[in-house]
Amino acid sequence: MKLVIGIVRPEKANDVLEALYRAEVRGVTLSRVQGHGGELDRVETYRGTTVKIGLADKVRFEIAVSDPFVDPTIAALCEGARTGQVGDGKIFVLPLERAVRIRTGETDHGAVTPVGV
Amino acid sequence: MDVLTIAQSAPKVDTGDTAWMLAATAFVLLMTPALGLFYAGLVRAKNSLNTFMMCVSAIAIAGVTWALVGYSLAFDGTGDLIGGLNYAGLHDVTFVPRDGTTIPHLVFMAFQATFCIITVALISGAVVERMRFGAWMIFAAVWSVVVYAVMAHWAFGGGWLIEGGTLDFAGGVPVEMGSGFSALAAALVVGARKDYGRQALLPHNAIYVVIGAGLLWFGWFGFNGGSGFSTGNGSVLAFTNTLLTPACSLLTWFALDLLRGRQVTAVGAATAIIVGCVLITPAGGFVSPGWAMALGFAGALPCYAVIMLRPRTRVDETLDVLAAHGIAGFTGILFIGFFAQENWNAVSDGLLYGNAAQLGDQALAALAAPVYAFVMTFVLLKLIGLLIPLRATEYEEALGMDTVQHGEEAYPTGEGAILVSPEAGIEEAVPLAQPN
Repeated sequence: MKLVIGIVRPEKANDVLEALYRAEVRGVTLSRVQGHGGELDRVETYRGTTVKIGLADKVRFEIAVSDPFVDPTIAALCEGARTGQVGDGKIFVLPLERAVRIRTGETDHGAVTPVGV
Repeated sequence: MDVLTIAQSAPKVDTGDTAWMLAATAFVLLMTPALGLFYAGLVRAKNSLNTFMMCVSAIAIAGVTWALVGYSLAFDGTGDLIGGLNYAGLHDVTFVPRDGTTIPHLVFMAFQATFCIITVALISGAVVERMRFGAWMIFAAVWSVVVYAVMAHWAFGGGWLIEGGTLDFAGGVPVEMGSGFSALAAALVVGARKDYGRQALLPHNAIYVVIGAGLLWFGWFGFNGGSGFSTGNGSVLAFTNTLLTPACSLLTWFALDLLRGRQVTAVGAATAIIVGCVLITPAGGFVSPGWAMALGFAGALPCYAVIMLRPRTRVDETLDVLAAHGIAGFTGILFIGFFAQENWNAVSDGLLYGNAAQLGDQALAALAAPVYAFVMTFVLLKLIGLLIPLRATEYEEALGMDTVQHGEEAYPTGEGAILVSPEAGIEEAVPLAQPN
């Protein structure tokens, strides 16, 4: 059981969702975040004030999956998020100690497997 | 003639008419930033400033081209197809009343300038979220002269349509059909947004949309109410009809929304206001208040239909300028041919009141205007496209036009912003506090 975290471009979030859906990964949490990952700063000017914007908007996917789904999830994130330009994002895979589905109290494998699978 | 006889024979400026036309000019200028708000609300946040700027740039571009040549080509002389160049650079445009009006020629010119500006701004709705700002400004400059000024001459300035008897009170031909059918051509040449038909592309701020529509309606009282160039009966009729027709098209829109989705929508209501104002633009001073209301109720139907059908096609005419302006202007122009009443407008009757010829004159305009606007815009953009790229790259489109084209964001957070031009004496960049 792993927690897969994917940091991707906001404009690619829909493509990632689509790829995850095709990979039959159904449980997803997503949040808007800001970060810096080596891409060039962009310069903005507001009247006399010129600033370098060091943080870029990103979308963070958090996906808890059972072991057989780890690789398909990573593949889907890569497929959906990749443009080839600097700033496409990162994927982190973390071990997951426990998972509980609140509605039923199911734990671990049962909790991260969609109902009906 | 000595000076005295010239002074006596010259038409007199009417102070009341002039006062209203000064105000009406300001009303109509407000419509362009209002349109910017309306359009900006309808696009995604990352493109909202660029969308607003396309409208603002119309003021800069068309305001200048109009003074230099546009006004002269539209309003100098009675050539069939195009005016002369006597008024180029506003030569001879002075305090002396414009022929046929009781307002100073300068005011008449300024009022007409605001029409050219809003018309150029309208077309931007077809190409937002992907057209490059530089290419847009070049297009706007040329279009304002070779399309708008020519069509304004046909309908207002002594060209073949107005001389042939076509009635167009406030711009069904040059403004509404001119922008609407040009928008269709522009959308075809520039091409669809990369995400069109693949992702849901939703309005980022519906409140901007309804505020923009409200301000547009306000400005339209100057647009239609000023197009009689006086405070006379035609202006009063057009002014009142500008209240009635959009109210009726709103009701139609509510009903259609209810039938289709069981809910009345706010973005739909904003669209209905625009459609109503456009419907009454050509007909304002020519039809009775009763027929103006009928126009609002019935005229909204074809516009609603096109707005429903267009997104089902491959044509990414993004903000539906064709439906809201082209189709509504077309409907309004034809409506005059049926329902104009001489005892209301003192000019001509329509088919229903025994003058079938009027319908023929209106049909001629309803055919010629779309063809000219579409073909000229199509060719013009193809030519500009040979010289410079019309649209941003896919990568730039993904980032959003605000940061790519303008180096600004509509909603900057200030987080992670580093000041690079601080007060004199501080060399190294320091983190910037939150802007507000």
